[in-house]
Amino acid sequence: MGSNPVTWLGSPVFPKAAKAALADTQLRRNLRKATHTIRDKRAKAVAELPDWEQLRRAGEAIKDDVLSNLDTYLERIEAAVTARGGIVHWALDAHEANEIVLRLAREAGTDEVVKVKSMATAEIGLNEALEAGGIRAVETDLAELIVQLGNDRPSHILVPAIHRNRSEIKEIFQREMAEKPASDEPRDLAEAARRHLRRKFLLARVAVSGANFGVADTGSIVVVESEGNGRMCLTLPEVLITVMGIEKLVPTWRDLEVFLQLLPRSSTAERMNPYTSVWTGVTPGDGPQQFHLVLLDNGRTDALADRVGRQALRCIRCSACLNVCPVYERTGGQAYGSVYPGPIGAILSPQLVNDMHDKQAASLPYASSLCGACYEVCPVRINIPEVLVHLRAEAVEAKGRTPESVGMAALGWIFNDARRYENAQKVGSLARHLAPSGRISSLPWPGSKWTSARDVPTPPAESFRTWWRKNRG
Amino acid sequence: MADTRSVVLGRIRRALADRPSVEAIPRDYDLSRPLGDLVELAAERIADYRAEVHQVASADVPAKIASLLAARGATRMVGPVDLPSSWRVDGAEWLIDSPSLSIDQLDGADGVLTGCAVAIAETGTLVLDGGEAQGRRALTLVPDYHLCVVRTDQIVGIVPEALARLEPTRPLTFISGPSATSDIELDRVEGVHGPRTLHVIIAVT
Ligand code: SF4
Repeated sequence: MGSNPVTWLGSPVFPKAAKAALADTQLRRNLRKATHTIRDKRAKAVAELPDWEQLRRAGEAIKDDVLSNLDTYLERIEAAVTARGGIVHWALDAHEANEIVLRLAREAGTDEVVKVKSMATAEIGLNEALEAGGIRAVETDLAELIVQLGNDRPSHILVPAIHRNRSEIKEIFQREMAEKPASDEPRDLAEAARRHLRRKFLLARVAVSGANFGVADTGSIVVVESEGNGRMCLTLPEVLITVMGIEKLVPTWRDLEVFLQLLPRSSTAERMNPYTSVWTGVTPGDGPQQFHLVLLDNGRTDALADRVGRQALRCIRCSACLNVCPVYERTGGQAYGSVYPGPIGAILSPQLVNDMHDKQAASLPYASSLCGACYEVCPVRINIPEVLVHLRAEAVEAKGRTPESVGMAALGWIFNDARRYENAQKVGSLARHLAPSGRISSLPWPGSKWTSARDVPTPPAESFRTWWRKNRG
Repeated sequence: MADTRSVVLGRIRRALADRPSVEAIPRDYDLSRPLGDLVELAAERIADYRAEVHQVASADVPAKIASLLAARGATRMVGPVDLPSSWRVDGAEWLIDSPSLSIDQLDGADGVLTGCAVAIAETGTLVLDGGEAQGRRALTLVPDYHLCVVRTDQIVGIVPEALARLEPTRPLTFISGPSATSDIELDRVEGVHGPRTLHVIIAVT
């Protein structure tokens, strides 16, 4: 496997990129506003459900079952999709997946495909690969469109243009669109996007999507969205190509009763997102009459082999962990140098790259203060601090160096004054409960629920103390 | 690519050399919940998404359809082939999807009228499954206005109850309010690519 495009070539290591981002006050203001708004909304949306904790535990268990029996479930979904008229492809890495999509698009005789926002296709650099093959990929999600037209990089899983405020978006649209937006009111910006994409949707022959879930026993694919651009892509073209990470499965239809509650409330903090589409293979007379499902590995089987790290594959990409992360809030998503930023990116990207000699990837597990807020909100209960500590140990081993030389410096910088640091701790911290000696004395929930010593993410002790002294001593 | 297939499956089996045992899935979450008057709740929650909701007696549905269309000035309406004849009210030209309407015809219409398969009160969600009075998916997507009639017996309380009623291999669309986006400063605004106006008539039986 060559270098994995999940991290961007030439990105600086996290501490460097973070410093640059911190200097950008506009960026920090935009991020602060957006993440704080969504934090409060999420808390409300979650508090409405009396069985939230039970749903989280079920979500965790269902995904663990999927991972433990991944081979069986993949064979099952392949059989189900095939039986309903779909065609299943397997791709070991980004290159193979891109080749498959390029070939299918060419066979359909098109030079342009419309795309629904998808982390999997961003991860493999599909747009660039199609472009190189002479096929234009048109992003149709509003935020992706903002990123694409602004010649920019995404900074958030759900809202890739979260680092842009309305007046910046208006400027981009004014520069790039034939019909200019009337104002910087979100309503007018949305209207401008509608006009810009309308004909493309109505005329598109090939669409490329990702998938939020694939149901193993029925072969049904689920896409969760807001704008209707997903429905446009999934319904109107003749050919639909869906690229899905192999871990996106759920065993049965019934399991979606858990995830269709966990996902919208965790991601956009709504009771339900505006549109969810479910389709199974090909339905005669309704929607694309040719359906391809590309099952993507691209480092996932490496992550699966890691007994601590594999829990990252439970992720349903809700982005709640980004929105509560004090580090993300300060540095923004682009500092992570990967399509997966924030806490999930800090544990997923290095595992997908699977090369701790890659300096940039090895610096990502240090992009955290281990405050634990991400674990608290994660709808599938991924113990992100535990995986961070585990990956730090791996990075240290690979380098033969002390942890602080790899990445602790980043945090010193991010939390370089006491007030900011205190604020960061308010979200529910581990460090807050450190005894003066730097040893962990007690843990707040959910740490208090970690039963055995093995589960408590004690940070590499010396480096954490060094950092603590530097910032608080 | 049978070859890649066996490589990937082989990698998975090696990665799972320890075959972590999984305990039974804890399903102690709610499968239903006492939510009071489901019709009232559905009406309130659908309206929360800034969709207009009207509750009328079943017999008054055609009159309500007529008055809503007249108020909008909607005169070219799309309908699925099995749209009840009483819903095809005077005052509008009805474009019925048989033979199949072209995308341009759908795009040129003022709106679409359908029924639904299930409605979820707690989340304010309508689910369409291409069954009775719904038609294929494009019908409720391309026109800018969607008028949907929900019968009270189609309303359930929470998500698990809805999924239990649905057939997953049918093409399904869950609709919660008009098309919207949260992409600008994480704030929900209505109206992007899907129908920008959603009206719901709850037919009380
Ligand atoms: S790790 Fe958890 S909180 Fe973060 S995006 Fe994934 S599912 Fe959401």
